[in-house]
Amino acid sequence: MRGENTLKRALDKYPARVYKNRKSHMLVKDSSCKTQEIAANTRSIPGIISNRGCCFAGCKGVVLGPLKDVVHIVHGPVGCSYYTWGTRRNKARKSINEKNFLQYCFSTDMQESDIVFGGEKKLRNAIKEAVEIFSPEAITISATCPVGLIGDDIHAVAAEAEREYGIKVMAFSCEGYKGVSQSAGHHIANNGLMKNVIGTGKGKKYGSYPINILGEYNIGGDGWEISRVLEKIGYDIVTIMTGDGSYAELKNAHLAGLNLVQCHRSINYIAEMIEKKYGTHWLKVNFLGISSTIQSLKNIALYFGDESLISKTEEVIQEEYGMVKDQLEYYKSRLQGRTAFIFVGGSRAHHYQVLLNDLGIESILAGYEFGHRDDYEGREVIPDIKADADTKNIEELKVEKDKKYFRVTMSPEKLEELKKTIPLSYYGGMLKEMAQGSIVVDDLNHHETEEFIRLLKPDMFFSGIKDKYISQKMGVYSKQLHSYDYSGPYTMFKGAGIFAKDLDMGMYTPAWRFVTPPWKTGPILEAVLFGGEKA
Amino acid sequence: MIELTPEKLYNRKSLVINPAKTCQPIGALYASLGIHRCLPHSHGSQGCCSYHRMQLTRHFKDPVMASTSSFTEGSSVFGGASNLKTAVKNIFSIYNPDIIAVHTTCLSETIGDDLNTIIRQMEVPEGKFVIHANTPSYKGSHITGFANMTSAFVTYFCESSGRPNKKVNIIPGFTGPADIREIKKMLAIAGIDYLIFPDISGVADAPMTGDYKMYPDGGTRIWELRDAGNSTLTIALGEFSSQPAAVNLENKCGIPFKVFEIPIGIESTDRFITGLVNLSSKDIPYELEEERGQLVDTMLDSHSYFFGKKAAVAGDPDVVAPLAEFLLSLGMIPKYVYTGTPGKQFDKKMNKLLENAGFSGSIVKSKGDLFEMHQHIKNEPVDIILGNSHCKYISKAENIPLVRIGFPILDRYAHSYFPIIGYKGALRLVEMMLNAILEKQDRECNDEDMELVM
Repeated sequence: MRGENTLKRALDKYPARVYKNRKSHMLVKDSSCKTQEIAANTRSIPGIISNRGCCFAGCKGVVLGPLKDVVHIVHGPVGCSYYTWGTRRNKARKSINEKNFLQYCFSTDMQESDIVFGGEKKLRNAIKEAVEIFSPEAITISATCPVGLIGDDIHAVAAEAEREYGIKVMAFSCEGYKGVSQSAGHHIANNGLMKNVIGTGKGKKYGSYPINILGEYNIGGDGWEISRVLEKIGYDIVTIMTGDGSYAELKNAHLAGLNLVQCHRSINYIAEMIEKKYGTHWLKVNFLGISSTIQSLKNIALYFGDESLISKTEEVIQEEYGMVKDQLEYYKSRLQGRTAFIFVGGSRAHHYQVLLNDLGIESILAGYEFGHRDDYEGREVIPDIKADADTKNIEELKVEKDKKYFRVTMSPEKLEELKKTIPLSYYGGMLKEMAQGSIVVDDLNHHETEEFIRLLKPDMFFSGIKDKYISQKMGVYSKQLHSYDYSGPYTMFKGAGIFAKDLDMGMYTPAWRFVTPPWKTGPILEAVLFGGEKA
Repeated sequence: MIELTPEKLYNRKSLVINPAKTCQPIGALYASLGIHRCLPHSHGSQGCCSYHRMQLTRHFKDPVMASTSSFTEGSSVFGGASNLKTAVKNIFSIYNPDIIAVHTTCLSETIGDDLNTIIRQMEVPEGKFVIHANTPSYKGSHITGFANMTSAFVTYFCESSGRPNKKVNIIPGFTGPADIREIKKMLAIAGIDYLIFPDISGVADAPMTGDYKMYPDGGTRIWELRDAGNSTLTIALGEFSSQPAAVNLENKCGIPFKVFEIPIGIESTDRFITGLVNLSSKDIPYELEEERGQLVDTMLDSHSYFFGKKAAVAGDPDVVAPLAEFLLSLGMIPKYVYTGTPGKQFDKKMNKLLENAGFSGSIVKSKGDLFEMHQHIKNEPVDIILGNSHCKYISKAENIPLVRIGFPILDRYAHSYFPIIGYKGALRLVEMMLNAILEKQDRECNDEDMELVM
């Protein structure tokens, strides 16, 4: 039972206003419609039990947090820093002479007196202490809710500290209440990194094809696997934003020849701003799933257009795919025909559908927690999106062509020609590639999770930690695609094999057999029980 | 591994590094889960609720439900009353709990939302309740939040009907479901009629049945909370996490209270059981004596592995205090005793305990952090660390075995099904510590020293 009727039943219990609101955030894919609009990036309804986080989570937690050589000071009460301490799997390794602060948690631990009299003094001193103990190259200061309310000028404190210690100190006004989800925080982090870091490096000697990888957070080592394959082909990776990324490398991001964008939502602002300021084009890629990985690798080679690069790409694809082909066939034979719900990320709920499809698994319901309409419908809808008050409060950073570093790498004619074949400066969104009759839900909440699982009985549920055990308790295999349930990498060819193996474990673990005790399903025993009568 | 931590101590005043505490709201949320059909509600930005649910779910590997007022910039300017009213309306119609337990956040506290007034202005369906606790994140710790919400249960529900129920109220503190089951077991053996709140057992350790219940079978019932106003006595386990509710109950319903430590280790369990004996006219049944005897038996059997060994203990004060005492009972030296929860009474109490035991070289700090404790360990190492999952980095860096005790334990499974409380829990602590010490010995000794039994 799928389609509009399913939506109706899932929405049935809602009061009228909630019904109307939530209905606009769902749709059934209908290929006969030229366009289908979905409401996204609007306020969650209070009390609805959304999975969304806050602006701070998007800024410090997602985009800034993975920068390993930076002391990330959270200005606020202790909790916000505490909850972003080791809880996201943005793995990092340090190279020689590099400092890695990712296993540390820094907080100004604001107390009541700081709230009453202001916390600037404490922040100033916290920076001093961080500098004296660790002498880092860079410090970020992330604001939590009370900071904006009491009016601490963290930007002034940052500027003053920068002058005093001669290191980079950046402030981010990412108070939790801003925007409607993590998304606002991504934008604020993007702006700050663009203003303060990108373009400030002198660079080093790069190879023929220097590239940046944007929106890749190295969860479970995803970024490392991507880098391994790209480097094998011959690309030189300038920086990854921001998984296993560093301040030292990020400074040189303007020197890359192409930006690859994995997670569109969290980083598209930087991709666009770099394009405007430095002339570097960006290409949407997807390294999750075999067909999408192959296509993405070919597209990158096509962009540079060098024959030897194109043939090397083919060679590496054959080699890498060859290593996992049999494995994937085997798992496909065991997973084929299953159905899945997928609810993650700001491109990933789209990306993983390719990988699932490669394994014969159909995605019957998908959505984002914090996506915008363009992540669903494609960037062509951006001009039609009306910014509401929550969005307007987030700065739209204007950038100009950089006098020194702006480059024209391609004639406009050639660029237009290329755009016809590869997604340059373009993301088509999730919706176009979804199957007829599949359901898309934006900002899926607890009620809808339960209802849709009951109504559609998927075999697998891909989401995060908060809803993982709800699905599992309902008897549906559930896998976190934020943390990969501590597995990974899942990217490229090798990652696809690991993902397939993990799903196979999840579907076939003998534990499922024991959920119902044998005495509840077995035939009635006709044996004489101990000391009792015939049962 | 965290090699940037220098040996040289630095007297930090402003920067907390690797905290040994988190903020009030998560403790309040946790306490609310221990009431049957209660939905915790976070009055703040969405992130707070999301983070708390994430942390608690990872700790228990079980669903942790809570809702939020989803503050926006507008609500932060104009106040969160309308968000909360909308939330409450939606929650009752969509999720139908019996109670919504609202806790505040640093955001709603800073803007000064008056929860008493907002709740009074609400339409609450017949037979349903909206209660609240003020839990500003910038004061105390998650333990304070737990205490404040537990006290709010008293404020909102406990009432004296004039008909004494001859029961004992138990406030179990920030402990796990298995610990509460152990307390109940001891009380049942001792033949004591009790009411316990909040009771997380049957909630955060719900079984896998294929049937998801948003409100699991466990948790204190509303009638029990009400009836707690008719009890003979309240036993508060833990000065920090449980005493405020006991004081509130005394003020409100005139019920006297006694504060015990959370019964971790042999001596605090002895005091707890002795306290129970004084309440009931009955003798303590042999069953508890047998358990105690088994514990002492193992303590004697294994004493040589413990005696003189130094330990670092970090965690919540109500857990750390009896735990440190238990280390002394084992002949060990609690070298570093750290909590993140501020409270001078903790330092005083621990220092006295150590002094009585004849140890002067230990460092006790109620308002400390794991970074500083690590620095001390670098200067003078210990043989074992007892603490939460965040201590694993120190453990790896310094090659010191870690026994995971307290909150949060994010990286291990099944811990919530086994107690650390009572004689059985103490026996488990002995087993865990021995395993940690002996496994290191087995792994690292020279081949010629590897013996079947060492």
